[in-house]
Amino acid sequence: MISSDPKKVQRICFDNIEVENMHKLEVAKKHGAYAFLPTVLKEFDAEKIIDEVKTSGLRGRGGAGFPTGLKWSFVPRNTGKPTYLLCNADEGEPGTFKDRDIMRFDPHLLIEGMIMAGFALGVKDAYIYVRGEFLHEYNVMCAAIEEAYAANLLGDNILGTGFSMNLLMHRGAGAYICGEETALIESLEGKSGRPRFKPPFPAVEGFYGCPTVVNNVETIATVPAILEHGGAWHAAIGKPNNTGCKIFSVSGHVNKPGNYEVPMGTSLRTLVEDFCGGLQHGTVPKVIIPGGSSTPWLMGEHYDVPLTYDDIMKAGSFLGSGAIIIMDETADVVAVTRRLAHFYAHESCGQCTPCREGTGWVERILTRVDAGEGTHADIQVLKDASTHMAGRTICALAEGAAAPVLSMLKHFPEEVEAKLKEEQAEKSS
Amino acid sequence: MSASEMPKFSEARLAEIDALIKRYPSAKSALMPVLYMAQQDFGYLSMETQQMVADVLNLRLMEVREVVTFYTMFKEQPHGKYLLEVCTNASCMLNGADELYAQMKDILGIGPGEITEDGLFSIAEVECAGACAGAPVVQVNNVYHEKVTAESMEALITKVRAGEAI
Repeated sequence: MISSDPKKVQRICFDNIEVENMHKLEVAKKHGAYAFLPTVLKEFDAEKIIDEVKTSGLRGRGGAGFPTGLKWSFVPRNTGKPTYLLCNADEGEPGTFKDRDIMRFDPHLLIEGMIMAGFALGVKDAYIYVRGEFLHEYNVMCAAIEEAYAANLLGDNILGTGFSMNLLMHRGAGAYICGEETALIESLEGKSGRPRFKPPFPAVEGFYGCPTVVNNVETIATVPAILEHGGAWHAAIGKPNNTGCKIFSVSGHVNKPGNYEVPMGTSLRTLVEDFCGGLQHGTVPKVIIPGGSSTPWLMGEHYDVPLTYDDIMKAGSFLGSGAIIIMDETADVVAVTRRLAHFYAHESCGQCTPCREGTGWVERILTRVDAGEGTHADIQVLKDASTHMAGRTICALAEGAAAPVLSMLKHFPEEVEAKLKEEQAEKSS
Repeated sequence: MSASEMPKFSEARLAEIDALIKRYPSAKSALMPVLYMAQQDFGYLSMETQQMVADVLNLRLMEVREVVTFYTMFKEQPHGKYLLEVCTNASCMLNGADELYAQMKDILGIGPGEITEDGLFSIAEVECAGACAGAPVVQVNNVYHEKVTAESMEALITKVRAGEAI
């Protein structure tokens, strides 16, 4: 079951997450779902909605943190082509598992957000692209969408307002790269999910060459509260430029791993100690991965960092999707890095040579090092290969693959050395 | 394989596919959902099944092959009745997934890509299952089992062998 809220902090997406049977329309309606939708469809127009979202300061919750209202305003109008809204529910970054809870426990929140966003963007057909492994979540969402159609919340002439929109669930099939928005579009077009060059950006030329907005689940699920309470209300939560609440997925060596939604700016220490029951061993984390496995590592000295896009960037990393992996003093950092390197080598789509070759090369060296068969020469190659992968490819996967390797080499050189063949030979002689 | 042995979607499936195609701007978008249907109906995606999907969607076989081979959840080989997939990525690893996978291999006496003699089990190591709070996670035919321990793993295998529901 969903982790409870021990501190009763303000929440947005998780406001009703613990309500039993919230996935059913009848229950969701009792707790306010769709109550404000008729007002939006009858009294708001696209400009007002986009203005409210801009005022709210909402930044995309999928990882990049781009301002949502601004993204929506880039969509050209009257092109003669349909505009598409795609919800990114691919959620494949190791450490990230927040969208899963919105979909399985409060699917109508996401549907309501899709209708409102679709109305603002003039969308007739919207799709939710969910990772293939989330079969349960897919089924819950499909059932909720069916209920919404039956209640005239989707389909033709929604609630008699003249606005019509269709919504369809679409399952991916096990490819991390499809979380990248242009790879997701390729995949939804029935192809292998290989990222496209940008520009053109999807806002102008996306799904089947048409204007397309791709937003994360959490981003879309925040929209109903923003429109109901106003952009200024949202902007007053959190910190300037880092407004609202954020769901943090905390896993690794904490006593109560889970999803916790807190106002942005809450400190990492508060999150781990008050919500996650502290660390399994020790008092200060050895490694903090702040935003999913592709973000550079922070150290124990950053335990008090406020969880905002800006503060984490100042500390040397990224907030990303808010997926925090904590390692305590028992962690074997070389083994964990080797495992992550395997992940990136496995998930590289293969279209860019530096990524295709580099991720495999790094994985092979790290496997050797972790097994006690590496040499000092390997370390330099590891450093060079990782450095040269980053920034030389169509998408950011290679950069994400380099982050843990470079972090490990920077912060734990002695642990890497201790596993090298030369060091071991010296010890035994 | 003779023509009579070629896989064929049921009429109900074909109607479902027709309705699905209309939900997308182009029939090609229906490829992944139709592959899932084929996998569910025929167990795995043999070359004949892939050809059938290509025919139904009016695509070239190569377009279907490009998708089938890119995504890990499309299976080109048969597997046991129960496919046990252990996530061994970072958060699961930090909570004992490697040991769990080794134990699973020991109990069943098979490696990845193999099927137990009774046809019941296959195993695989998978990338992040996206359920890190429940680490370590094991998917059994796409149903998540979270916070799996050596004991619960063994109990699950025993139950399946005894024909009990899991």
